[in-house]
Amino acid sequence: MAQDAARQTAAQPTTTPQTVDPATPRSLLELDGIGVRLGGRQVLGDVTFTIRKGEFTGLIGPNGAGKTTLLRVILGLQQASAGRVLVDGEPRQAAHQASIGYVPQKLVIDPDMPLRARDVVSLGLDGQRLGFGFPSRQRRELIDKTLADVGADNYAGARVGELSGGEQQRVLIAHALISRPRLLLLDEPLANLDLKSEQEIVALLGKLAREHEIAVLLSAHDMNPLLGVMDRIVYVANGRVATGSTDEVVTSEGLTRLYGHHVDVVRVHNRVLVVAGE
Amino acid sequence: MHYLFEPGLFASGPVRTALLVGAVVAVTSGIIGVFTVIRGQSFAGHSLADVATTGGSGAFLVGLNQFWGFLAAGVAAAGLMEAIGVQRRRGRDVATGVVLGAALGMAALFLYLDTQQTSTTGASFTVLFGSMFVISPDSVPALVASGVVAVVTVAVLARVLLLTSLSSDLARARGVNVRLVGAVYLIALAVSVSLSAVAIGAVLSTALLIGPSATALRLTKSPIRAMAASAVTGLAATWLGIVLAYDSYYWPPHGHGWPVSFFVVALVLAGYLLSYARKPRRLVPRSPHEGAECSPA
Repeated sequence: MAQDAARQTAAQPTTTPQTVDPATPRSLLELDGIGVRLGGRQVLGDVTFTIRKGEFTGLIGPNGAGKTTLLRVILGLQQASAGRVLVDGEPRQAAHQASIGYVPQKLVIDPDMPLRARDVVSLGLDGQRLGFGFPSRQRRELIDKTLADVGADNYAGARVGELSGGEQQRVLIAHALISRPRLLLLDEPLANLDLKSEQEIVALLGKLAREHEIAVLLSAHDMNPLLGVMDRIVYVANGRVATGSTDEVVTSEGLTRLYGHHVDVVRVHNRVLVVAGE
Repeated sequence: MHYLFEPGLFASGPVRTALLVGAVVAVTSGIIGVFTVIRGQSFAGHSLADVATTGGSGAFLVGLNQFWGFLAAGVAAAGLMEAIGVQRRRGRDVATGVVLGAALGMAALFLYLDTQQTSTTGASFTVLFGSMFVISPDSVPALVASGVVAVVTVAVLARVLLLTSLSSDLARARGVNVRLVGAVYLIALAVSVSLSAVAIGAVLSTALLIGPSATALRLTKSPIRAMAASAVTGLAATWLGIVLAYDSYYWPPHGHGWPVSFFVVALVLAGYLLSYARKPRRLVPRSPHEGAECSPA
């Protein structure tokens, strides 16, 4: 199935957001004027952007800018004080949980936790349900396939707490993927990874967006690892966002407006540095 | 040593009751204890056991079976800890400490009053260190039923508890009422602790809750196997403890059996220490070309 998808993608090499699926012009996810107050402080204000099917969006901004808060609003874990979250054009509700996969910020998993990689993926299928999940061949095959999709089949039987950071990320991505979401939210999945794992995870997520047409919304404080795969950037700073292509958003003028103080954007060897000015 | 499987052992009514109740207690504690350890609630479990002392000694004072005292105090304390614990980050530890202190103060009073009544000589010992051989056969159905209810509750919640242990945000994002699940689990834990308080005593019940689970978690990888191994380890320690305690009537000093609780706890500890004898697990099986599979095509 993955190979078929790969062939189709090869036949249509251009995947700009507008041409992803002309039959459904509706956005998959739409944030409309979201504002969040935490402890009386305005953390985010007037956040508006849309995500379409199969689109890779980077949620970029400095630490503490409100990236995690924004993801929590989309997931329904945090109440917004203003605005609406729309899924398929309708206000977000409990029934939409199945269409959104979530990989939380770096989990600390004790090595003694009695969960193998495959158990974690199994919990992604129906971990929210009551009762025991009875093992079946169908279930086992689905878990094996999902682990293979993310390249984690080598350590399917290992305890998840004993895996490296990059390996755990793959397992958690498989956990999020097995329920076949159309949107994958990842909170700082590249934090604390070595360079090689970082590149592998980005390549994997880019592949999922292209081949499986899963929209990816990924938060990161550094945009550079994502420059090759991002269709769009949502830059968060100073409680506000700017969205568009990287070239549109990441400019000295644009970010200076967003931050509210002078910043310089420097491009060196296809990498972008955002530096505070005087 | 010819007394080990002496014929009188299994013919004795109290021994048969002890073996039955011991089995229920060991299996309940073993299964529930796995979640206590992975949820990091060992302190809460021990506190519930200590608070149960208050209920047990109070029950003695009014002439009730101490199990009902253990159960009432344990469940009440679980509810109180849950109610106070969520308000602040360190609320649970603080609330547990405060509730624990107050409850133990009352236990001191009740135990003192118990010793003033000639009819309840040995009350302190029974409450604190268990009464495996003097369990009233009338109370057996209630003990078995409580164990079954606690185990079934935790089995129904098993997947949700595991998901919550992995990440409470993940569970919440999928619509799990994490607080409700935590409260129900804490009550099941209180029931389990009350049961083991009857068997090996309020003070020692943590041993049966945490010891077999900790041993099982060192030896197994999957949740089902951890629960099974924990139940079997607890069962083995309990049954062997009962047999050894029965035999100890013939050990010096003659005519004075050693407490069952001592044997059970000693065997649990021995099992845990033995689990270290196993050579460390190979951390992760890695294939030589790991990473090659996922490079972009």
